[in-house]
Amino acid sequence: MDAIILQILNGLDKGSAYALIALGLTLIFGTLGVVNFAHGALFMIGAFCAVTLNRILTLSHQVVDESRKDFLGNPLKVDVPYVNDWFGEAAGATIIDWSVPLAILFSIPVMIAIGVIMERGLIKHFYRRPHADQILVTFGLAIVLQEIIKYFYGANPIPTPAPDVFRGSFDFGVLLGFDPNVIIYPYWRLVYFGFAALIVGAVFAFLQFTTFGMVVRAGMADRETVGLLGINIDRRFTIMFGLAAAVAGLAGVMYAPINSPNYHMGMDFLVLSFVVVVVGGMGSLPGAVLAGFVLGVLESFASMNEIKSILPGIDQIIIYLVAIIILLTRPRGLMGRKGVMED
Amino acid sequence: MFGLGKKDTTVFVVVIILALCAPFILNPFPTGSSLAQFNAGYPDLMQRFVIFGIFAIGFNLLFGLTGYLSFGHAAFLGMGSYAAVWMFKLLSMNVIPAIVLSMIVAGLFAVMIGYVSLRRSGIYFSILTLAFAQMSYNLAYSVLTPITNGETGLQITLDDPRILGASATADGGIPVTNLFGLEMRHFTTVDVAGWSFNFSVGYYLCAVIMILAFYVAIRIFRSPFGMMLRAIKSNQQRLYYTGLNARPYTLAVFVISGMYAGLAGGLMASMDPLAGPERMQWTASGEVVLMTILGGAGTLIGPVLGAGFIKYFENIFSKINDGVLHGWFAFLPDGLENFVIAILHPFVGKGWHLTLGLMFMLVVIFLPGGLVEGGQRISKALKRNKPEDSGAARKANHEPAE
Repeated sequence: MDAIILQILNGLDKGSAYALIALGLTLIFGTLGVVNFAHGALFMIGAFCAVTLNRILTLSHQVVDESRKDFLGNPLKVDVPYVNDWFGEAAGATIIDWSVPLAILFSIPVMIAIGVIMERGLIKHFYRRPHADQILVTFGLAIVLQEIIKYFYGANPIPTPAPDVFRGSFDFGVLLGFDPNVIIYPYWRLVYFGFAALIVGAVFAFLQFTTFGMVVRAGMADRETVGLLGINIDRRFTIMFGLAAAVAGLAGVMYAPINSPNYHMGMDFLVLSFVVVVVGGMGSLPGAVLAGFVLGVLESFASMNEIKSILPGIDQIIIYLVAIIILLTRPRGLMGRKGVMED
Repeated sequence: MFGLGKKDTTVFVVVIILALCAPFILNPFPTGSSLAQFNAGYPDLMQRFVIFGIFAIGFNLLFGLTGYLSFGHAAFLGMGSYAAVWMFKLLSMNVIPAIVLSMIVAGLFAVMIGYVSLRRSGIYFSILTLAFAQMSYNLAYSVLTPITNGETGLQITLDDPRILGASATADGGIPVTNLFGLEMRHFTTVDVAGWSFNFSVGYYLCAVIMILAFYVAIRIFRSPFGMMLRAIKSNQQRLYYTGLNARPYTLAVFVISGMYAGLAGGLMASMDPLAGPERMQWTASGEVVLMTILGGAGTLIGPVLGAGFIKYFENIFSKINDGVLHGWFAFLPDGLENFVIAILHPFVGKGWHLTLGLMFMLVVIFLPGGLVEGGQRISKALKRNKPEDSGAARKANHEPAE
């Protein structure tokens, strides 16, 4: 029992990342009908937003510290971040410590801007071209974005720690009446899961309860009619693209402490997220979220030693296997609507 | 000639000449000159040109004719490589059985994967092939280590139980792949007044096989079977309505295309008996997609051009470093020189993938027909201006009979 709970928990953080990326992909596909292979790159750029903000905050100048001497007896030069000068030492240290959560604020405008530029500058011209062309051009864009990041940040992963408060693990088992140290779970992953749930909830609430969201949903159902009613649906869809980019970016920002950002992390997630979208049902938002969590949890179950000893290697292929079975038995995915990309 | 139309014959002859004279064509600069680093006429690189040419020709049969975009084609290449290396380990160092087995193995896997994947089309087909390829890659990396030797890759060792031929050479070395005694890595260098040309046995074997593969591809393009595949691309629905089942045709071409990939993998292992799982990764599948699109999908010569183009720039572009750039722009005033170099720097050397990505995007956006379409447009523009221009006539040879 404890092992099962532990695996479910382990699956949740990866599942959250899948769910967020798949949600963005589905938003783009559902509104614009575009298959965006550059979505993983947006996730990666989000993670690098965290890195960038961390670097900006730790920008420092050298100050001669008279109280400390090096071994020759000369006064030591210490790097003092500018934030320390502005906010005082204690507040400065806290700000640097909290750079990853702060990056959320920093990344939202950046990601929306990138998304809108991408849509207006490139994707717009591909609405009328076949899906294969859309895949190809966004695949090219993904390579370009990835290489740009590699040029500026190098090819090595950059460790980006979470705030000190969230370091360490939470003993979940005690809460449920198990022995201590049986089910422990890092705090940050808990935060990540909560954050993902919040974002998913916010996106759904936005679509469900605002006028803007209502128009977008109407546009997803019948774009032409909404256009004929005199609503500028294209502009709203562009904004949705920016929003989808922001969702991917936020998923990346918060993922930075879990997995040190490197330039190809997006590609690694992209393939899986596509599988998630297809399993959930192309164009279905709840399907994408559900499939993200289900596949994340399944993956972590498959990596249990008990299961691996029966079916060796199952942890490596479980997601693909599920995708293949779903695609063949239930063509429109778990929650796909009838008639959307069913052939 | 050979049952080909006039236009096809021209294209075919051009490919034969290009393939057979590659050691000359790719070495246009004398060895000592400052441009010698742009020579691509060394055996290793030339072999890769033609091997990836074969791979791209095969991919183009599937994507160019039927429009099914497979994102997992590298899996067949990897399987072919593994099969070939096992043949070297167990049977003999002769390349013929290895290549034959690699095609058979790739073909069998293509039957299985194709049978399942082809039940869906469009984006779903891409995802399914991608899923299968990633599964093969992950398995080769982990559980199948006894067969694939995991991360290290499958290699030939000194204690292989080879049935035909010895486990080790007389002087205790690892035997070399050969074609009835003709060693694959053997090559002769001919020096002609400053130029040196390499003639490698391995390259010529690959080139001859590539020519054969190209010939088969032309015949498929022009056959009733090829017409059927085009019909599938233009309107599958209508095909169903006329009472035809498209599935057997797509499966057949998927298997053929998988066998081409297996052939390429087998050749790769024959040139260098080594096979690793990274050959099956989805980025490797992406690469063949890039080649085919860049050259021109659905055209005869496009994939070959695309493969050559990408492999050439991958090797040559990535060699350009700041020192070379400084050499080129030395004629500019210092400030301007540094400025130009600072701009060019991200695009060359290690950043060559950036150039590739940009180029690929530009091609997809502006030239959906790839380099071939570019050539056609240029030749058309030239023809309109001066009809007797010889440059236009030369370009016209590259025109696919599409």
